[in-house]
Amino acid sequence: MTLNRRVFIGSAAAATAVLSAPMVRAAGRPKVVVIGGGAGGATAARYIAKDSDGAIDVTLIEPTRTYYTCFFSNLYLGGFREFASLGHTYGKLAAEYGINVVHDWAVGVDRDAKTVALASGSSVPYDRLVISPGIDFVDGAIPGWDLSTQNKMPHAYKAGSQTQLLKAQIEAMPQGGVFAMIAPPNPFRCPPGPYERVSMVAHYLKANNPTAKILIADPKDKFSKQGLFEDGWTRHYSGMIERLGPDFGGNKVEVRPDTMELVIDGEATKVDVCNVIPAQKAGRIAELAGVTNDAGWAPVSGFGMVSKMDENIHVLGDASAQGDMPKSGFSANSQAKVCAMSVRGALTGSKVFPPKFANTCWSLIDTDDGIKVGASYEATDEKIASTGGFVSQNGEDAATRKATYEESIGWYAGISADIFG
Amino acid sequence: MLGLIAPVLLLAGLAGPVAADSPELGENIWKKCRACHDIGPDAIRKVGPPLNDLLGRVAGTFPDYIYSKAMIDAGEEGLVWTPETLDVFLERPKNLVQSTKMSFAGLRKQADRDNLIAFLAVYSSDDQTVRDKHLRSADPQLPAEVLAIEGDRDYGEYLAGTCVGCHQQSGEDKGIPSITGWPSETFMTVMFSYRSKFRENPVMQQVAGSLNNEEIAALAAFFQELEAAD
Ligand SMILES: Cc1cc2nc3c(=O)[nH]c(=O)nc-3n(C[C@H](O)[C@H](O)[C@H](O)COP(=O)(O)OP(=O)(O)OC[C@H]3O[C@@H](n4cnc5c(N)ncnc54)[C@H](O)[C@@H]3O)c2cc1C
Ligand code: HEC
Ligand code: HEC
Repeated sequence: MTLNRRVFIGSAAAATAVLSAPMVRAAGRPKVVVIGGGAGGATAARYIAKDSDGAIDVTLIEPTRTYYTCFFSNLYLGGFREFASLGHTYGKLAAEYGINVVHDWAVGVDRDAKTVALASGSSVPYDRLVISPGIDFVDGAIPGWDLSTQNKMPHAYKAGSQTQLLKAQIEAMPQGGVFAMIAPPNPFRCPPGPYERVSMVAHYLKANNPTAKILIADPKDKFSKQGLFEDGWTRHYSGMIERLGPDFGGNKVEVRPDTMELVIDGEATKVDVCNVIPAQKAGRIAELAGVTNDAGWAPVSGFGMVSKMDENIHVLGDASAQGDMPKSGFSANSQAKVCAMSVRGALTGSKVFPPKFANTCWSLIDTDDGIKVGASYEATDEKIASTGGFVSQNGEDAATRKATYEESIGWYAGISADIFG
Repeated sequence: MLGLIAPVLLLAGLAGPVAADSPELGENIWKKCRACHDIGPDAIRKVGPPLNDLLGRVAGTFPDYIYSKAMIDAGEEGLVWTPETLDVFLERPKNLVQSTKMSFAGLRKQADRDNLIAFLAVYSSDDQTVRDKHLRSADPQLPAEVLAIEGDRDYGEYLAGTCVGCHQQSGEDKGIPSITGWPSETFMTVMFSYRSKFRENPVMQQVAGSLNNEEIAALAAFFQELEAAD
């Protein structure tokens, strides 16, 4: 049986319509469907399959065949990492864990019938549904910008071709040109992400285009690890980076992709690259499933990441509104394990322990100058609540910063193995 | 005897002497020891035993040196020379080993003791064959009651979810050390060492700080079963 599935997954030409096969085979076993094969979804699928030893039938729905991690994509922009090293495939999840990996889009959820509709037209039944679709952008968040202009003004906030495009644009900047970034309002994926990106772009420009400038329009008063980033920018990239917060119109921006203009508080500036990171919300399928709130996120209980709107649905990662955890790959992976335990407990009666969560976000400012912030969390009735944390300090010696960077490389290897097997 | 010291340090959360201390300054203080102790290559027995490879040594175990019964007993009760235990000993030897035959009043100043310990550390090889190879000199000696806690392996497997995003379950080390297949006592000692901030890494201090004794024991039980990296 598994063999057939393996052949099916392995063959690139295989059509998703073959999907009905695993359903027939799986009759009798409880069914879990996971939407989204990213940091949250792939981890959940793997842990449910692994720890239930075949007692649960797991289907993972993910449109792309290679998942490019957002984490470390900034390092690619800075030249510290090859693009190919960010790519991960689903072969092991299928072959070694017996997960039915279906490369298709989920386009709807029928919560009464407990089925997920796929773009190919088929539908998949579930006993428990796990949704981890990441983010989508809020329509109209930045006047002048929408997905049709993303190739002129890339977001590169979902990794893949967008990331490559942004890098190519940075490399094509004229000497002394301007790289602009529109940073998003809270809450958004990876709070230090935009500022690590600025650091990496600056690193590239310092070596290749030292008279270039970086302009950040930011609607937020303050941002993650701000003191550490600003200290690093002064030490490494003095005079190159300018950030306009809300007091300088950073919250009143629009763009004109045709003329490559960024308008801040009514004043237009011509820029060479414009990296637009719009306001965010849960991936659209969460909204279609009817599990999101007015703010666009899916409220969940920290006890099992169960949706507050439907007890048979779990929402993980960036899409969830859970409390204090930042939207990160580390968090999504951590939440996935609590979710997996809860799903197994519900479907097979296995033991459920009190949830524990953790997060650490590393950022690279310049060569061997790494910083980190992290915390532990537990579930309370109200939310996932922080129980304490730590953050790098200004003035740390070079060896500490280098060790921090090296730690992050170890983490990337570790978490990739933990997500994809 | 030692059973008392380590828990006190742990409970108080006292930071042990840190690496910023100066072996150079310590060499000056060493003059006070030189009459009775030798150190360095070819060090010989004098009134007291040679002090090479002191960190990690169980008290009273230098071969062919005749110790007092008090020192031998202390070693048998678990006294291991670490920066923390040395700090207490050197402040006033008789406070730690009441009937030791080392007649030395002690070093009153904290800075003198810290520097001297840094000096002694220079002559301690990293390969601490006496203690488990995973232990560092900063690690405390845990009381037997704590080491004896039976860990719930299944709970450990669940808790390990937090660890394996960084420490690979396969034992592979790609920048974060391998922690599979360790003896559970060593594992617990190291986790306590982070929790009490004897070891410095903030990530691990945070991780260990969120775990109670039973949880650490559970993790030790789970990781012990996994195949060790070579
Ligand atoms: C520049 C940048 C840097 C970052 N750096 C870090 C870092 O250093 N550390 C860190 O921990 N995090 C980092 N992050 C954040 C991290 O990438 C996300 O928080 C993490 O990927 C969230 O996981 P997720 O499962 O919620 O979503 P994702 O990983 O985005 O996965 C969602 C998956 O769902 C699929 N999907 C979406 N809709 C559907 C549908 N309808 N049907 C089927 N599949 C669907 C998508 O194709 C995607 O593969 C960074 C992010 C960015 C943008
Ligand atoms: C007057 C002599 C004398 C002086 C001075 C002296 N020691 Fe000792 N030391 C001894 C003797 C004797 C012993 C053995 C103690 C015993 O068996 O009880 C000893 C034991 C020790 C031990 C235990 C070693 C082991 O193998 O367990 C340490 C550590 C030590 N001394 C450190 C020092 C340091 C550091 C100094 C300088 C600050 C110092 N001593 C000064 C005589 C001395
Ligand atoms: C965010 C990444 C991360 C997580 C999560 C993490 N660790 Fe660590 N761990 C590290 C790093 C980095 C080190 C090396 C620290 C140092 O040099 O002191 C380390 C060191 C250790 C060591 C000592 C290794 C040695 O060779 O001395 C042990 C034991 C350990 N961790 C256990 C755990 C356990 C158990 C967990 C889960 C409860 C865990 N760690 C979670 C990053 C992590």
